[in-house]
Amino acid sequence: MNMTKLKNSYFEIERAGVNTTFQDYGRQNLNHIGIPVSGAMDKRNYILSNALLKKNLNSPAIEFAYQGPLLKYKGEEIFIVITGDVKFQIVRDNKKKIIGEPYHVYLIQNNDQIDIQSTNRSVYGYISISEDFILDKTWGSYSINTKAKIGSNNGEKLSNNQKIDIEHKKKKLTITNLNYVNSKIEYIRVLKSINFDFFSEKSKNIFFNKEFKVTKLSDRMGMRLEGQVLENVVNSNIKSEGLVKGVIQVPSDGNPIIMLSDHGTIGGYPKIANVISADFDKLVQMIPGSVIKFKQVSLDEAEKLFKFYKLETDNLINQI
Amino acid sequence: MIKNIINLGDASAYCDFGKDVNKEINSNVISYFNNLKDKNIEGITNITPSYNKLIISFDLDVINFFKVKKIIENLEIKNGNENKQKLIEIPICSEKKFTLDSNRLEKVLKIKFDKILDIFFNKEYFCYMTGFIAGMPFLGDISEKLRAKRLETPRVKVPKGSIGLTEQFCNIYTYESPGGWNIIGNTPLDIFNKNNQKNPALINPGDTVKFKQITQNEYDKIKK
Repeated sequence: MNMTKLKNSYFEIERAGVNTTFQDYGRQNLNHIGIPVSGAMDKRNYILSNALLKKNLNSPAIEFAYQGPLLKYKGEEIFIVITGDVKFQIVRDNKKKIIGEPYHVYLIQNNDQIDIQSTNRSVYGYISISEDFILDKTWGSYSINTKAKIGSNNGEKLSNNQKIDIEHKKKKLTITNLNYVNSKIEYIRVLKSINFDFFSEKSKNIFFNKEFKVTKLSDRMGMRLEGQVLENVVNSNIKSEGLVKGVIQVPSDGNPIIMLSDHGTIGGYPKIANVISADFDKLVQMIPGSVIKFKQVSLDEAEKLFKFYKLETDNLINQI
Repeated sequence: MIKNIINLGDASAYCDFGKDVNKEINSNVISYFNNLKDKNIEGITNITPSYNKLIISFDLDVINFFKVKKIIENLEIKNGNENKQKLIEIPICSEKKFTLDSNRLEKVLKIKFDKILDIFFNKEYFCYMTGFIAGMPFLGDISEKLRAKRLETPRVKVPKGSIGLTEQFCNIYTYESPGGWNIIGNTPLDIFNKNNQKNPALINPGDTVKFKQITQNEYDKIKK
């Protein structure tokens, strides 16, 4: 028998985790045929995972929610990094366990295991590797949308015992790390939306002054909230129209739903407010049971806050 | 024409073409959609037409609402998109197993189901928009005699290819999906094909659809 070289490296998925997918920036200009943008839920943490490995910032990374995957690595050494507020360990071939630290680059060798145990009071985390995952693009993006079955891995989330192939180009890297703490947020900032005046004065007050709770019915498509019921006093039937990420719709039961990355492209519920772009990353990390308070800002403030958010991200990248 | 342009959040412009739903207003929406799309404006990430609204999303890092509003206001609308709009024939089988709501419709509309089908097939339909799920066309207007509300309790699973009616509209379920429309038949065609990345949707806004009734035999032949 010939000795064959290790052609490709790969991960064996020993445990897939709750909702593990490949994500990048997502796909654009397809809403008009019913295809959502998708893409990483927490953009900053996704970008940092690629930045730490000096990769193109739009490279696909593994996104996990709550409990992540247990991966066994086969192949020549590579570098990996985990971002987010994540508890994980690396189990070496010799069984030695290393408590993992997010934003630290690790060297991984044949038979090492990466065990993503959980996210700490947050939802999403990311795994990026120094080499390239071998994946198919759909409409210019690797992002998996499990509802529409679109994207790499045939649009399915990663499952137990599957392999993730890696193209090994033997990238040279120095071990780097970044000091970054995911801060919690006191308010989610919003702009009044198209149908704000459909709601009673009392409900408008409730919206800005009372607390809402994130429910378990939250996923990549949307986040359902629960609180004092918001009463629509305009007897009007909304004709279905386009939706955008961050829009807060209120169906007839009076409980708000916030549209997230995989949201349907059109819908017909009244829109009370829109979360500002600068707060998306913080919003998506709120776990069921967390309390949300909304604070109104102006368009001008929202734009400034986004510039500041962008500047912060750029500064983090420059520190690497 | 656009009645009003306002911001929807900090990264989208909401263009309001009025309250009514009709072909004239919708053609106007589609005309703006086509003209904007052809301009390939940097920073615009999605343009979503619906019955009487157009939503333009953008990358706040590149452009903002004020600039997008200016672009829309100064947009020169060139006609001539009409030639992009096609007449498409869609075969439909209305054998018993596909007509999930024939009894309900007979009761609500007080018309025999055969007659319902006669009325339905004897008309061409305009595609107002596609979406909700990938490639699902929202077509209209159906005869006033056939207007029924959606099911009180939506189905958890509507089979792929189902033709549904609700109020003045009909649509085609491009995938198996939850849904509450009144189902009167099924098409063997793939209305949405994700493997055709250039033109995945068979029916696009502005197209006209003519349904053609087929037998189970013909259905099976096309399906294989």
